[in-house]
Amino acid sequence: MTLLKTNGLNTYYGESHILRDVDINIKTGEMVCLIGRNGVGKTTFLKSLIGLLTPRSGEIIFNGELINRKPPHQRARSGIAYVPQGREIIPYLSVEENLQLGMEALPGGLANHKKIDDLVFELFPVLKKFLPRRGGDLSGGQQQQLAIARALLGKPKLLLLDEPTEGIQPNIVLDIESAVKRIISETGIAVLLVEQHLHFVKQADRYYAMQRGGIVANGPTSELSKAVVEKFLSV
Amino acid sequence: MQLILESLFNGVAIGSVLLIAALGLAIVFGLMGVINLAHGELMMLGAYSTYITQLIFKQVSFLNPFYDSYVIVSIGIAFLVSGTVGILLERTVIRRLYGSPLETLLATWGVSLILQQFVRSVPLAYGSGLVIAIFISLFTPLILSDELLHGAKGKLIRACTWGVSALIGVGTGGVLSSLVSKLSRASARNVDVTAPSWMRGGIDFLGSTYPKTRLLIILITLISVLVVIFFLDKTAWGLRIRAVTQNRPMSECLGISTEKVDIITFGIGSGLAGVAGVAVSLLGSVGPNVGVNYIVGCFMVVVLGGVGNLLGTILASLSIGLMTDLIGAGRLLTIWPDMPSPLASTVDFFATTSMARVMIFALIVLFLQFSPTGMFPQKGRMVES
Repeated sequence: MTLLKTNGLNTYYGESHILRDVDINIKTGEMVCLIGRNGVGKTTFLKSLIGLLTPRSGEIIFNGELINRKPPHQRARSGIAYVPQGREIIPYLSVEENLQLGMEALPGGLANHKKIDDLVFELFPVLKKFLPRRGGDLSGGQQQQLAIARALLGKPKLLLLDEPTEGIQPNIVLDIESAVKRIISETGIAVLLVEQHLHFVKQADRYYAMQRGGIVANGPTSELSKAVVEKFLSV
Repeated sequence: MQLILESLFNGVAIGSVLLIAALGLAIVFGLMGVINLAHGELMMLGAYSTYITQLIFKQVSFLNPFYDSYVIVSIGIAFLVSGTVGILLERTVIRRLYGSPLETLLATWGVSLILQQFVRSVPLAYGSGLVIAIFISLFTPLILSDELLHGAKGKLIRACTWGVSALIGVGTGGVLSSLVSKLSRASARNVDVTAPSWMRGGIDFLGSTYPKTRLLIILITLISVLVVIFFLDKTAWGLRIRAVTQNRPMSECLGISTEKVDIITFGIGSGLAGVAGVAVSLLGSVGPNVGVNYIVGCFMVVVLGGVGNLLGTILASLSIGLMTDLIGAGRLLTIWPDMPSPLASTVDFFATTSMARVMIFALIVLFLQFSPTGMFPQKGRMVES
């Protein structure tokens, strides 16, 4: 079943044309990777999906519903979770409060959901230890784990991950990779991943390659040839 | 001992007026980053609400037996009046100017002039009718269910609620002006709020007298501060407000309606200005310019305390209060009578209310040279980013 579909999406930053007729579709329970060199518009695409940027033309259909005109908070409530590049942890709130904010996307909002799901601490044990700490005091890797945990607590149908391994030490990269794999197999949510790390890219079911704002290649990651990798991933 | 107590009391009394006035501003300016120059005029509306409530309690026969409690009632009314006007201001003006502080500053200054002229040239009875109409039309959509407000029928229902609230507003205005003759004519003159009998006089303690109005203001301030702290720290809306003030786009992506948060934050900040207006009305006469006298002090308090920091606001206002009393009442001379004469004449020169203000502002400017982010700058890893 198609969960997310975009038709001819065009997004601008002011007058500069960033996304050019992007068409993708993601099925439920699928892990899809978006690859491309720096500055081709991958982050712009994710921002258009969550609603931080408004596309000038084209359609975004999520769960059978056209969501182009919806503000981000309504998209979050309908089941899209976003883990941005740079994590965007709320700095002066405690780790616990950051996690509670993740449950705002559930029906009823955070006022009706106080208990933090234990799955989160199973996936990222380090968070349990740091619950009373301020989010902004965590290291980059810990913040990344917190951001993913926060996104999961809203029980999304689609998780948007923007470069989750950027600037993070290798052992935590592996932790995050296995956590994402486990989330998909246990909860059956779909993941759209933007990634530069080849090992992580290979974990996905399918890939889309982006160049100058348009999709130029796609297919199963098992068919990801060396030539394609060299062309689209900065090594 | 007596001197210390007296000085402390006066300082805390001055400080608590500053604090209650600055508390709403600390929320609006400190948390949302909106420079609202109309904050003083929201206080003025609160002060006029006290005056109107008092007249209604005096003139309307079935309320007359409860005349003594009008001050307490007027706190709630002032909160609602200023909150309503504040929300209207946010919806119509400030919402369009987020992210452009200079334009916000000019626009809110314009609004402050409009509000001053409004109380001069509109009879207070009809002014209160207008506020009631705005209040009803703003809040009825919250009571009605979402289904009623959808589609073409919804638009009709909305139009009906506006019509009904306009009628209610005109009606109340008419009733008020016929009941209370003082409210039926516009007047630019200052008016006076007379304290009920239980608030007159003072309480004697260890040989000095403490005026009851001052004690009441300290009490109002204390309760307001505690309620605000509780609201921000312990409630779901408080958490949402803190999240939005620190990272607006990400909060929106997590499912928080930032628009609602803005309305609530601004409503509470403005409502607190109204409560401050009640306090101010107990201290002196109420006029269109009453807010102007306080707005500069409010900004000083918020900047000195550190923007976005409630604890800083509290300590800043109390220390400004204590300093004002120390300098303005010439306490230094009382403590140290044999001061060398050049120093003594300097201290004496600054020992009036207005000169003390000059001195305090000079000291604040000096302090901010060394600590530009106020008494409690934000610390930690996230400051650099």
